[in-house]
Amino acid sequence: MKHLSEYRDASQARAIAAEIGRIARQPWAIMEVCGGQTHSIIRNGLDQLLPPSVEMIHGPGCPVCVTPLEVIDRALAIAARPEVILCSFGDMLRVPGSRDNLFAVKAAGADVRVVYSPLDCLTIARHNPAKEVVFLAIGFETTAPANAMAVKLARQQGLTNFSALVSHVLVPPAIEAIMQAPGNRVQGFLAAGHVCSVMGWWQYPPLAARHRVPIVITGFEPLDLLDGIRRTVVQLEAGRAEVENAYPRVVTEEGNRAAQEVIGEVFTKTDRTWRGIGTIPGSGWKLSNAYSDFDAELKFAVAEIHTCESPLCRSGEILQGSLKPHQCPAFGRECTPRHPLGATMVSSEGACAAYYHAGRFLAHAETAPGAVP
Amino acid sequence: MCLAVPGRVESIFAESGVRMGRVNFGGVIKNVCLAYLEEIAVGDYTIVHVGFALSRIDEASALQTLRTFAELGLLEDELAELKGGEDDALPEACAP
Repeated sequence: MKHLSEYRDASQARAIAAEIGRIARQPWAIMEVCGGQTHSIIRNGLDQLLPPSVEMIHGPGCPVCVTPLEVIDRALAIAARPEVILCSFGDMLRVPGSRDNLFAVKAAGADVRVVYSPLDCLTIARHNPAKEVVFLAIGFETTAPANAMAVKLARQQGLTNFSALVSHVLVPPAIEAIMQAPGNRVQGFLAAGHVCSVMGWWQYPPLAARHRVPIVITGFEPLDLLDGIRRTVVQLEAGRAEVENAYPRVVTEEGNRAAQEVIGEVFTKTDRTWRGIGTIPGSGWKLSNAYSDFDAELKFAVAEIHTCESPLCRSGEILQGSLKPHQCPAFGRECTPRHPLGATMVSSEGACAAYYHAGRFLAHAETAPGAVP
Repeated sequence: MCLAVPGRVESIFAESGVRMGRVNFGGVIKNVCLAYLEEIAVGDYTIVHVGFALSRIDEASALQTLRTFAELGLLEDELAELKGGEDDALPEACAP
């Protein structure tokens, strides 16, 4: 297992962590929203460098993890049709639906393909005119520009055998929901740097002001993350609740306007159910009426299917930050990346998989329930 | 999906009327859509998400990022994901 101490340049990381230790005079709980940041924090052991008074709460920003069970069941139903080629990002294949996952459907003969970019789906659609190509379009604001452009280009190129099963989710409404949740412990946020590279950070000052919570736009490198935590703690100790951009080499206040325009044309805001959390108003994008002919949900009339999560899986508590992965009784036992009970164990951005791959399951037997790792 | 690696634009071309580029991610070359960055030029560094360049970054900080990623082992994961899409690999190939 790789820990930060094994790397030569860990001294700088230690220096920032020590600085955080000097600044933090009282206990603080800070949430990194993005699953990519969770992955980096756990893989590099950054949380273990922090003083015990600073706790990182892992947020719901793993798109694979929060995609609702209904969407996976609809994808499975569509993929099973003989005329369909279902395309997806690789992470989605092993996410358990009610009964099956896409990998099992593929093994049973369905044409399920992993794509790197949604544009790959258009190429597949051009090469297979007798087939229906369906793209499972999930993700946060980072994948939306690509997914929206694929739909826009499909129309421009007259590809009528392409459609998208869209389940997009948005970060700011999730922050709002977390702050409003009863028993919320989060006192500061690291905002996801790459989401802000698309959307800018202009949406955050009202959130910071309304909830008196500092929000620091943070990158993904270990030193970026530690600096984001340091800036958040500085604000908390000073009683400030401001938006700071700690990732200016990538993020501007306005974001990528061209991407925002295409998103605004192809998608429209909708209420979205987050797996393990519930429905958050205005927290997602679906295809706009102008692009409804590319909506796989309408094209294949996938009916609502009743779903049931594994009774053993506590990913809802994990995604809300009230339970750490290794505190779940199924962690590393009934539930592993090879046999996941819930989505948080599937994706490399999921908190459970991040803990598992970093060897944190070893702490399972040693940690008392409710203890901070 | 969100841990994007900076890449260097090696060449720019059009495909079906869409602005595309060959982008070098630490030795792995991928075709990337440049439609959202009209001003980006050959030699520039960019952050790429699922095949789309979304922001231009200056070379010095991009190289610094690549060095840090390489030293800390983060690059392996992301490059595995880049390669994964190309050869229809199973998701195991994407996991760390």
